[in-house]
Amino acid sequence: MSATTAHDTHHDDHAAPRGLMRWLTTTNHKDIGTLYLLFSLTMFFVGGSFALVIRAELFQPGLQIVNPHFFNQMTTMHALVMIFGAVMPAFVGLANWLIPMMVGAPDMALPRMNNWSFWIMPFAFTLLLSTLFMDGGGPAGGWTLYPPLSLQTGAAFPFVILSIHMMGVSSVMGAINVIATILNMRAPGMTLMRMPLFVWTWLITAYLLIAVMPVLAGAVTMLLTDKYFGTSFFNAAGGGDPVMFQHIFWFFGHPEVYIMILPAFGIVSQIIPTFARKPLFGYASMVYATASIAFLSFIVWAHHMFTVGMPLAGELFFMYATMLIAVPTGVKVFNWVATMWRGSMTFETPMLFAIAFVVLFTIGGFSGLMLAIAPADFQYQDTYFVVAHFHYVLVPGAIFSIMAAAYYWLPKWTGHRYDEKLGRLHFWCSAIGVNVLFFPQHFLGLAGMPRRIPDYALQFTEFNMISSVGAFMFGFSQLIFLYVVIKCIRGGEPAGDRVWEGAHGLEWTLSSPPPHHSFQTPPEIKEAEAHS
Amino acid sequence: MSASRRVAGACGRAALAGSLLWGTVAQAAFELNMTPGATAVSRDVYHLHMTIFWICVAIGVVVFGVMFWSIYHHRKSRGAVPAQFHESTAIEIAWTVVPVMILVGMAIPATRTLVAMEDTSNPDLTVKITGYQWKWRYEYLQDGVSFYSNLKTSAQQMHGEAPKGEHYLLEVDKPLVLPVGKKVRLLTTAADVIHSWWVPALAIKKDAIPGFINEVWTRIDTPGTYRGQCAELCGKDHGFMPIVIVALNDADYAKWLADTKASLAAEADSANRTWDRAELMKKGAEVYQTCAACHQANGEGLPGVFPPLVKGKPFSGSEEMLKPLRERGLLAADNTIAAVSVEQQAAVILKGIPGTAMAAFGPQLGDVEVAALLTYIRNSWGNDLGDVVQPAAIKALR
Ligand code: HEC
Ligand SMILES: [Cu+2]
Repeated sequence: MSATTAHDTHHDDHAAPRGLMRWLTTTNHKDIGTLYLLFSLTMFFVGGSFALVIRAELFQPGLQIVNPHFFNQMTTMHALVMIFGAVMPAFVGLANWLIPMMVGAPDMALPRMNNWSFWIMPFAFTLLLSTLFMDGGGPAGGWTLYPPLSLQTGAAFPFVILSIHMMGVSSVMGAINVIATILNMRAPGMTLMRMPLFVWTWLITAYLLIAVMPVLAGAVTMLLTDKYFGTSFFNAAGGGDPVMFQHIFWFFGHPEVYIMILPAFGIVSQIIPTFARKPLFGYASMVYATASIAFLSFIVWAHHMFTVGMPLAGELFFMYATMLIAVPTGVKVFNWVATMWRGSMTFETPMLFAIAFVVLFTIGGFSGLMLAIAPADFQYQDTYFVVAHFHYVLVPGAIFSIMAAAYYWLPKWTGHRYDEKLGRLHFWCSAIGVNVLFFPQHFLGLAGMPRRIPDYALQFTEFNMISSVGAFMFGFSQLIFLYVVIKCIRGGEPAGDRVWEGAHGLEWTLSSPPPHHSFQTPPEIKEAEAHS
Repeated sequence: MSASRRVAGACGRAALAGSLLWGTVAQAAFELNMTPGATAVSRDVYHLHMTIFWICVAIGVVVFGVMFWSIYHHRKSRGAVPAQFHESTAIEIAWTVVPVMILVGMAIPATRTLVAMEDTSNPDLTVKITGYQWKWRYEYLQDGVSFYSNLKTSAQQMHGEAPKGEHYLLEVDKPLVLPVGKKVRLLTTAADVIHSWWVPALAIKKDAIPGFINEVWTRIDTPGTYRGQCAELCGKDHGFMPIVIVALNDADYAKWLADTKASLAAEADSANRTWDRAELMKKGAEVYQTCAACHQANGEGLPGVFPPLVKGKPFSGSEEMLKPLRERGLLAADNTIAAVSVEQQAAVILKGIPGTAMAAFGPQLGDVEVAALLTYIRNSWGNDLGDVVQPAAIKALR
């Protein structure tokens, strides 16, 4: 987003390419951050339009708009696009933009790999989306790709697997880059325990990515060989086990959930102190809580599988381990509230999104705790209660944090203030829309509506209608965001270097927009700019 | 701020008005919560659910209460001056230890309920449940009775061409009938993909996994009808494989069992006689409902996914799909459906096409049903092969 302005201050002796080639060949962390963020925004609208197809079909009972096979393609694609195309790249984009500026480095440690890890993504998603037009349609077995169902996919199957491999390669390269940058390029005096929390959460997230993306790659490769090369990893008739896929998948899948929320914790931990004008409460405990959550995320995977028929001891273990996650997560929420306590708060758009994050993510956390209780989970599993739960932690959770981050740092990136009135309008429409959309889904699940069905019994009509109305409200509100972003890139009141009265941290000592290479000489770390 | 408040207010009012409007348009009651169900276990689960729910509400009230109090009082516009504290080991320890204690309090009743749910010992009766794309099969292992249970709701109702009945999508042709007060052990498995057998009133949800058998148990208290659905995505018609249980008292159950045995025996007998064409066509149309999910009611299939059953109709699809069809002589060189013999077609239906969604229907369908089906397919939708296939012929082909 600093496209033109950053260029003016570009003093390299080589002739910088212009136009499309500039974006294709760029190795600059800000350019790549911008590419990631724009890509993510595009995918957010693509995945969102799939969601609207789903909610339109579910507006009333009966089969109206799409056939069940296409409906299943929409649920599958919606998840894949939102997880791998919208949420994860948005966090990588933020990491690219912010980590070098926050640790006092000129750029990311591995700039060429950075370029590559971004440019894989558009190809991966073109491939994935193109499967919708293949014989037999796109993948329709759910984003979890459980066999044997996923093996019934038509011509699309190998293309889906290949695109997942590409996404995995891109994520792992991004993660390596983040770790290399944080461990090697911190300015003198920026000790680990003085790093901003966003940097800390990303460091831990990056390790999670490296640990689990290869596991996913292994699982989907086994699917591929089962389908085309006669192996029977997951085929009981050949001596395999379909449930083994689920164990492997969720060994990836549960840490993946935290990959999508830990950076959000980091963002909120940057924003709340700024607008409370008070240092973050319990910095060290925030770091330890993040690390504990990351550790626990590796030993709770089978809570996604309570109904597959595990031995009692297994069910008990995974129930207890899962309940334990509530402890470090609770610590985080308490710390945020304590940060706000006796502060001097103002409520600009980033703060509104951050507060909504704390409240609504906590609601998602409560339903998560309920889901951890195995005997009750038998009733919740695979119903709309689960759908409500994970959308609460992902939409007003992860996505609200991304929105908060965009509003918080846009002025730094572009040098312009965004339109605060429109920002607040966007916030209120989103906050109301998201609750109208997802809150009734709790009721639907408890009353007995399974997830992933294109049509439902009559007693579920009302809440489905409300939910669909909320979906369209929420979906169209995002056009306001698009408009605010475009407007802010094109011009606006000068933002000033510090941008926010209460902002602390190295990125605010740079000009807005920042110079092409963030810190040419390592900055001096003053106490006031350390971990806020 | 005031402008955005107004807009927010308008958004809120619109949402409220919208919800009220839709609420009055449709009549059924708003169901909000899990129900206590019909067994001791389901009541335990319900109470567990409510306990944990209220604990969460209490925590929420405290945490959000503090937060909103702070948001109201500690705002700059009210002249709040920021404090600078940012640590307190005592508080940090307190809000780590207290949640742990609350969790232990939750874990105790949860463990007790879970242990009770897993105790499948000493059943009075065992029923094996098999999931198929897209129906259930129930086998009463002690009594040698077994049947399939299919969705009864018509396609017209789904497409809005007929009014939807009270139990739209939750009605079947043959329900699972169980005696009340008896400990029933249920074994779940599947023939094709993973399904999940879920009846909320019994608090039972158990995955039905091909190649594996899971067990659960239930003891229903009161006679009545209990409805549920498949809960694991199992393909196109996942939303259309409901479960209906009819719980009867002992005498009624015994009578139902005797009647069912008698009618199954009569059906087996009928395979030995010669059927006339009209009978076979009528029966064939009924049985064809099983196939219509994929091959469609008009026999034309779905492009790229399910081939037509009408000779001369074109079918294009991936090479893995076309190859087995060509090998069996079912597809002509120009990729149209070939006119094939009764034997060829019967072989596909009985043995299926391994590695595709076309399952082996031999174990599911009786001789009469396959004979009727073939007669029906070969004389419908423009197929004019004229055959009348007899059950005896199918018996010979098995
Ligand atoms: C789950 C979906 C499904 C169901 C249910 C199903 N089929 Fe099929 N059927 C298929 C598929 C897929 C193929 C093509 C397999 C291939 O590509 O080799 C097929 C192929 C066939 C063929 C050979 C090709 C042709 O078009 O003539 C016949 C005959 C057939 N099915 C008959 C039936 C009958 C009769 C039933 C009902 C008892 C039935 N099928 C139920 C999916 C299904
Ligand atoms: Cu099913």
